[in-house]
Amino acid sequence: MGYLPSTAPERGRMLRALGLDDPEALFREIPAALRLGRPLALEPALSELELERELTDLARRNLSLDEVVSFLGAGAYDRFVPAIVDEVVRRSEFYTAYTPYQPEVSQGTLTAIYEFQSYVCALTGLDVANASMYDGASALAEAGVLACHATGRDRLVVSRAVDPVFRQVLGTYARGQGIRVSEAPLSGYRTDADATAQLTAGDVAGVIVAQPNFFGAIEDPEPFARRAHEVGALLIAVADPVGLAVLKPPGRFGADVAVGEAQSWGLPPSFGGPFLGYFAARRDLLRRLPGRIAGGTVDREGRVGYVLTFQTREQHIRRERATSNVCTNQALCALAATVYLAALGPGGLRDVAALSAAGARRARSRLAAVRGYEPMTEPFFQEFVTRSPVDPEELGPKLLERGILMGLPLAVHYPEFADRILWAVTERRTERDIDALGRALEEIA
Amino acid sequence: MTSLFASGPTRPGSYVPHAPEDALEGIPAAQRREDLDLPHMAEIEVARHFTALAHANYGIDTGIYPLGSCTMKYNPKVNEALSRLPGLARLHPYTPVERVQGALELMDRLARALREITGMDAISLQPAAGAQGELTGILMIRAYHEARGDAGRDQVIVPDSAHGTNPATAAMAGFQVVTVPSDARGGVDIDALERALSPRVAALMLTNPNTLGIFEDRIAEIAQRVHGVGGLLYYDGANLNAIMGITRPGDMGFDAVHLNLHKTFSTPHGGGGPGAGPVGVKAPLEPFLPTPVLEATADGYRFSWERPRSIGPVRSFFGNFGMLVRAYAYIRALGPEGLREASEQAVLNARYLKHRLADVLDVPYERDAMHEFVLSARSLQRATGVRALDLAKRLLDHGVHPPTVYFPLVVEEALMIEPTETESLQRLDGLAEAIRSVVAEARRDPDAVRRAPERTPVGRLDEVRAVRAPDLGARP
Amino acid sequence: MSPTDRRYTMEHEWWQEEGDEGRVGITEFAQSELGDIVFVELPEVGRVLRAGEALGVVESVKSVSDILSPVAGEVIAVNEALRDRPELINRSPYDEGWVVRLRKVPETDAGGLMDAAAYEAYVNAH
Repeated sequence: MGYLPSTAPERGRMLRALGLDDPEALFREIPAALRLGRPLALEPALSELELERELTDLARRNLSLDEVVSFLGAGAYDRFVPAIVDEVVRRSEFYTAYTPYQPEVSQGTLTAIYEFQSYVCALTGLDVANASMYDGASALAEAGVLACHATGRDRLVVSRAVDPVFRQVLGTYARGQGIRVSEAPLSGYRTDADATAQLTAGDVAGVIVAQPNFFGAIEDPEPFARRAHEVGALLIAVADPVGLAVLKPPGRFGADVAVGEAQSWGLPPSFGGPFLGYFAARRDLLRRLPGRIAGGTVDREGRVGYVLTFQTREQHIRRERATSNVCTNQALCALAATVYLAALGPGGLRDVAALSAAGARRARSRLAAVRGYEPMTEPFFQEFVTRSPVDPEELGPKLLERGILMGLPLAVHYPEFADRILWAVTERRTERDIDALGRALEEIA
Repeated sequence: MTSLFASGPTRPGSYVPHAPEDALEGIPAAQRREDLDLPHMAEIEVARHFTALAHANYGIDTGIYPLGSCTMKYNPKVNEALSRLPGLARLHPYTPVERVQGALELMDRLARALREITGMDAISLQPAAGAQGELTGILMIRAYHEARGDAGRDQVIVPDSAHGTNPATAAMAGFQVVTVPSDARGGVDIDALERALSPRVAALMLTNPNTLGIFEDRIAEIAQRVHGVGGLLYYDGANLNAIMGITRPGDMGFDAVHLNLHKTFSTPHGGGGPGAGPVGVKAPLEPFLPTPVLEATADGYRFSWERPRSIGPVRSFFGNFGMLVRAYAYIRALGPEGLREASEQAVLNARYLKHRLADVLDVPYERDAMHEFVLSARSLQRATGVRALDLAKRLLDHGVHPPTVYFPLVVEEALMIEPTETESLQRLDGLAEAIRSVVAEARRDPDAVRRAPERTPVGRLDEVRAVRAPDLGARP
Repeated sequence: MSPTDRRYTMEHEWWQEEGDEGRVGITEFAQSELGDIVFVELPEVGRVLRAGEALGVVESVKSVSDILSPVAGEVIAVNEALRDRPELINRSPYDEGWVVRLRKVPETDAGGLMDAAAYEAYVNAH
């Protein structure tokens, strides 16, 4: 099969117009020695019916969040997505469009990016935002690079309570540019403020803390901001997008840059991607931002419209001196987020955050009542850590038999927390779900 | 267009239950936010707003989209449907590995297919887009040289016709960029390349066919020379749509390659992402692949993080999985003959269109075009003052999307045209007629062309104002 | 016409010498090629430049160009007005749109630069 509309007679006509009688002649500039000379060793083509069967079979062999009660988060969340989000995203005027190089016929995409930036600024309390990044982890890496360029320094201090995946990606980008990364230790489940202050010396370009952090704990970020600014470094906040609705926003606790993973804004977890990184900063860092930025302007008749702007930062103009090599952003994901934010509105966003926080507190209390599941102390947001009296490796399958997807065993990322589990509660979890988890843990013990 | 931030408040829908009053009690007052000044919109207003935005957009489903270097081919609908199956879309990345075997098998099958199509030995599906694939590949090349103790390789060579991402990527990976010019035939100037080659060279980055749509027929010689000084060859896969089943980067001598699944493998561009940029490498680079690496074992698939020489992950988790699903479906739907036929038709369409336009615009290079070609409006501009940009804007009034303009940089007043294989003869003729008629109009009434567009939702926008008086977001 | 009270580089900067100091800017030709200038990146006062070294950047909407120092010298002043009104370079490249003031290092020699007539001929040849 395929998606070629040309008929055989048409192909013949086109070849004849070119004075060719054999399609093989189209490739005469490719030296014979480089030709493959055989069919690709791939499985034969499928009809749409067969394709649907094959993909459905593959999908059935995976555990969808629809089949379980999930307490798994740690950077990807099982959230409610209003029906209108996918209705909009499935409009082919959006998803079959290219990057908006011709603004006159791309006002849909450009306006949506402008609105996305507006939401990111309002939620983070910062001045400028870009059109989005690949994901939160690469957004953090780019923020680290920005801090180094902005300060002319080459060392970053990152809290060990920042998502380990984010830190790994930061490490990959940093090694490429000769940036050194120092890890600030934990104190309990929070960043050790004193140790961080000591690490934050005059050669530091940026200090990175998360709010809430990877363990769900709420940090007191202001001392980190003060210390960073004392030595002329930037404070980079990794802020959960749901938390932004109810927690003091980065712009108000002294962050110069805020980044985060915004999958929670209307995207399915999709086995880890496509995700959506957001990136916001103080106004004076505008010219150092990576990626696309949309801006408002007018046409000759004074009609308001939007364009990609401040493009001289970007790779297609500045080439090796660009702020980043990023060109594609996650425009369709940013559109989904914009529809999500518009539909829920401020009340809905606060409800999502508050329901998650309330559910997490309820779950913590319920688990505290089960012997051996000693939980972390407050304050936390929508995730929390408990010890587990049963090896998490054994507990997971037993919970799954009862239809429950366990939280993340911290051993995956923190060897020192091998007996601990990170539980996540979103607005989808009911009292009954939480009680079922409590009873299941009691049974298994 | 009016931003939704300018609309008056209407009554929002009910999407989640109201939270109890005391829900946030656990959060210290000092860390709480009480205000949240965002628009209140009823669902009907949200629906109307985004429907209006959709109407102000042009997509492949609207009409031909011949942006050179972008491969705007049809995005099959079945792929959209299948990627939304709950077992694929509602899948948590930390789900125990034994319960995601279908997803891992899909990834493995896709990786195998991409290996065969590119002639490479190993594939990482992790990079989120072509540019990130480039960074991944170049970081691996850097790690490879370092692991061999081959210090002092601090340069990456890039032709002047390259995509801007190539030099930007090399710089991000800590390399100095050396630019080599194109020769009169539109290929790499071999003498200039020879002069640039030295033990300081880590890699040469090349697109083949190149951004002029010309096949670099001396690639084997180029590869030999670069390898001769110990450098590696990096293949920018942006133009792979020209050669599927015909020739392979691995057979041309390339050591690393990224693919743009949103170009060659039909995943939607989404107005600028999400994309997916898998990277393929030859065996010597395999130890440096980003973590985690997918492995097939007797007990099924698993991910391995135990890769001491890995460059580390370049993004979270395993890649833009939703895009991988679509690309896999595309490859399965076409099969080996279908992929080859797609490339053949892509080249035939480009050649035919070039033939239809060669008498009205300048042809800077006479060589055979592959899947795309570059024309120049230089003579037209000298004669009439009408520039490539003006032609592009006037084409919008004809209801077709214009080609890429002003790229590649080596051609003045460039128009870079890539029709793709999914356009019919009738559509190609329609585009040719539209371009011919705009060129004719430019000669007759240049001002009319320079005023364009007139039939779009907005006219030419003031980009100078957008920078001098920045409006980068609405304040609620 | 290019003013005759200064000298010019092949990269279209001008140098107007006043004793051991002087002003640097870009030429009428340069500003017209760039089009609407939207941003000027200025050096820090006190920076010491070699002849030919980039002292700053001018940007239009879709292009970026280095401004190269015509002579070796120390930056003693920058045109602060350009920060908010980069368009001064378009409007008045030889006067209000000056970019920096330098104090020459003693051994520097501006003799290699073109005079107005030579520069005009150079521009017309392109």
